[in-house]
Amino acid sequence: MAFITAFRNRYQAEIDGIKAAGLFKEERYIHSPQWSEIEVEFPAGSKIKKCINICANNYLGLSSHPEVIAAAHAGLDSRGYGMSSVRFICGTQDIHRELENRLTEFLGTEDTLLFPSCMDANAGFFEACLNEQDVMIADRLVHASIVDGMRLCKAMQDTFKHSDMGHLQEKLQEHMDKRSRMIITDGVFSMDGDMAKLDEIVELAEKYDAMVFLDDSHASGFIGRTGRGTHEHCGVLGKIDVITTTLGKALGGASGGCVSGRRELVEMCRQRARPFLFSNSVAPVIVAGALKVLELITATTERRDKLEWNAQYWRGLLKDAGFDIKEGESPIVPVMLYDAKLAQDFARDLFAEGVYAIGFFFPVVPKGQARIRTQLSAAHEKHHLDFAIEAFKKVGEKHGVLGLGKKELLARAGA
Amino acid sequence: MDEITKLVRDYVIREYLEEGDEREITETTPLISGGIVDSFSMVSLKRFLEKKCNIQISDACATPDAFDTVQKIVGLVHKFQKAQPVAV
Ligand SMILES: Cc1ncc(COP(=O)(O)O)c(C=O)c1O
Repeated sequence: MAFITAFRNRYQAEIDGIKAAGLFKEERYIHSPQWSEIEVEFPAGSKIKKCINICANNYLGLSSHPEVIAAAHAGLDSRGYGMSSVRFICGTQDIHRELENRLTEFLGTEDTLLFPSCMDANAGFFEACLNEQDVMIADRLVHASIVDGMRLCKAMQDTFKHSDMGHLQEKLQEHMDKRSRMIITDGVFSMDGDMAKLDEIVELAEKYDAMVFLDDSHASGFIGRTGRGTHEHCGVLGKIDVITTTLGKALGGASGGCVSGRRELVEMCRQRARPFLFSNSVAPVIVAGALKVLELITATTERRDKLEWNAQYWRGLLKDAGFDIKEGESPIVPVMLYDAKLAQDFARDLFAEGVYAIGFFFPVVPKGQARIRTQLSAAHEKHHLDFAIEAFKKVGEKHGVLGLGKKELLARAGA
Repeated sequence: MDEITKLVRDYVIREYLEEGDEREITETTPLISGGIVDSFSMVSLKRFLEKKCNIQISDACATPDAFDTVQKIVGLVHKFQKAQPVAV
């Protein structure tokens, strides 16, 4: 043991620094299954409080769906609890193959490979498929896991301004000397809830011989008329070379992710992607649950339709109440407050009113862009949203932000 | 403002400010710690400098701190221009 006092002090000082900067994250313990109504212990040790959850990625309300739970139970009974192996040693069951095939069909791609998570899919993909001769050109707001994956890859890195097609075109032109170009974007951006202009991206990709990489974690299952994702919404099904997505949000919410796309790229990941090769196989119980999820959402679009209705209704309620929200079509609805402290206080007051939502501020979003991110779910009923808006109004009034536009809110924040 | 300062400042404005962003970029505006340039996008700035000024900036020197203001970036360029062997 050599955790000497100097080491302990050094880390404690760093932790204190995080606290002093107002960036310290505290866990909130949930004593119930994930749903639109949850029971929360916060702060730790306090009495359990029932509240409306408006910040889960449980978009389709399938995280605790009885049929998914039953299918997971059946999977547990027939295929066991764990694989105790990575995929390529003795960790691939028939149901892993089946789930990969179902995902390929659902996403409209050529092949699919499961990963322990989408974070792992993003961390492993680039290094497996690109090298010094290539360039990666990413939207500046892509998810942190893509940034990490790009850092692990030897290909040249570049970025373009968020959703700025002119800037992307400039970058593509600049890199015509590279063997290949890969344009990298999220489908729905998790902090703003806006969508990539995938149709224009595909057009540019065709013009400049570039591949397109799409992380559709916040879209798979519900964006597009039948919920296939942003590529369906933008009319470019079959034209995206690589899609990564997660089973940890709309598609059951447990865990797991995948790389889905051109056969050769998927094969390269099977051969080379380190998180695939060196991390354990997705548990059978999750695979069985995910298969049921895909069955449910291909049978009917009822859930994504309800989610769409909820999102529209919620956006209307917030606007009518006088909040400054980020416009968009997704079920991610950021309520802009701009000031970090205000966002934190606002979330705390909402919790006291029985609504669970979280404040986001730098470094998760740019400085001066603090917000409460609300996320809708098909598990929300109208009465949940009607209850939540009353809490928002009450807290909004307390902080004097109702009816204020961006300029006034910024001025109020002293920016 | 000398030529390199202008070159760097113009690039930062063109490359990193969104349309309608009216923030003023002076020689001492904190770029990275101020949230204008994220460390992920910093690489394009490094490459731009290397190309335009015909230098090689070592990875060890390409720290977020060394790139934090136009002034510091210009200092870095000067340092590497000096370190460059004269072409014959
Ligand atoms: C855009 C995006 N990609 C990837 C991930 C990571 O997914 P997973 O939880 O499966 O690792 C997330 C989750 O936060 C995400 O929002």
